[in-house]
Amino acid sequence: MATSIERAVGAADPMVPAPYVVERFIRETQDTFSLELEPFDPSAELRFLPGQFNMLYVFGVGEVPISISGDAAEPKKLVHTTREVGVVTRAMRGLKPGHTIGVRGPFGTSWPMEAAKGHDVVLVAGGIGLAPLRPALYWILRNRDDYGKVVLLYGTRSPEDILYSKELAKWRSQFDLEVYITVDRATSEWRGNVGVVTKLVGRAPFDPADTVAMVCGPEIMMRFAVEELARRGVPTSDIYVSMERNMKCGIGLCGHCQLRGEFVCKDGPVYRFDAIEPLFMEREL
Amino acid sequence: MTDLYPIIRSQEFFKEFSEEDVHEVVGCATNIVLHQGQYVFREGEPANHFYLIRHGRVSLELFAPGRGPVIVETVEEGEPLGWSWLIPPYKWHFAARCDTLLRAIALDGECLRRKCEENPKLGYHLMRKMAEMMESRVQASILRMLDLYGNKH
Repeated sequence: MATSIERAVGAADPMVPAPYVVERFIRETQDTFSLELEPFDPSAELRFLPGQFNMLYVFGVGEVPISISGDAAEPKKLVHTTREVGVVTRAMRGLKPGHTIGVRGPFGTSWPMEAAKGHDVVLVAGGIGLAPLRPALYWILRNRDDYGKVVLLYGTRSPEDILYSKELAKWRSQFDLEVYITVDRATSEWRGNVGVVTKLVGRAPFDPADTVAMVCGPEIMMRFAVEELARRGVPTSDIYVSMERNMKCGIGLCGHCQLRGEFVCKDGPVYRFDAIEPLFMEREL
Repeated sequence: MTDLYPIIRSQEFFKEFSEEDVHEVVGCATNIVLHQGQYVFREGEPANHFYLIRHGRVSLELFAPGRGPVIVETVEEGEPLGWSWLIPPYKWHFAARCDTLLRAIALDGECLRRKCEENPKLGYHLMRKMAEMMESRVQASILRMLDLYGNKH
């Protein structure tokens, strides 16, 4: 069962940012936050597919690529979750409701929501890699009958670093979704798993021969997660990963995100693993 | 008394062992049940056993002065627990606390070591399985040392 990548929905003028208003600022963990944005023009909407990203422009500071982490069924409300790691995301952290931000997008390929229909779905997320996978989960939950068993495996540093903890608790209580969380370190108050997320792959209930896996997190984590999935028997043609590179233009022109012949902003960020495998192990790419 | 052979035979750890070898191992095995909060073993105690978890979850704790107990790993149903029974000075380096009700097979370390000496084929299979477990734990430790989840945005 080899599945295929779904392509992006193109924007009208991809180089011109549209003004959006910050509706809510949500502190997720100590170093991550979410912005809920609404279009300045109330009639506008941004239709996207799970896995795609936008370029967010903090006026006078700069622009960064951030995956969309909201619900594709709500195109008027845009949600982005990010970690504070540089000048632009630090400036973003200072945004308050009512402030304006520029948005270009959506860009890139999406998770294989259509191709996964009729199969078990395993989502493997590491750290803030849960954010780009959340729209896929929303999609699945809205169309639950289209999919087989659905399993979310999520690993993060500590219990305090768990993203979307209230939603995760809600999902865990559902009977149609299996959620497994593990942390790298914990004190004795923690009652969950401790260990790397790859260890959860071996325990999760899914049929490896009939599974589509979507993996998002730091590349080294994805590499080991793919190895574990393959060890369980999931063909690499049914494993998808989301790559992160220095995306700038978003439309494959500037070459900042180039990976050999691939423009991650246009040909990715979501790739079928067997298509990108040779590049995955290459150094200095 | 019911023979533990079918239980041990069904454990993933012993799947590739011959019938003969599993029968040998059964002679070192006892069934144990511990309650939530009880310790399977404590740091510094003699490491006399090797465990196969049949039900429940165990937290491996390391006591850090000033920080209290830190959980370094959890071990669950179907997984083996402990390799210090194999390596001198046969002392536990961690404590293992039951997070839930625990049902496990406890294999006497001294008995296993003796059987491995007497039966090198069994010894080789057992060492190979233990090495697999160690390799996977070392790999997991390396991944955690890399602080995997710290850099993506």
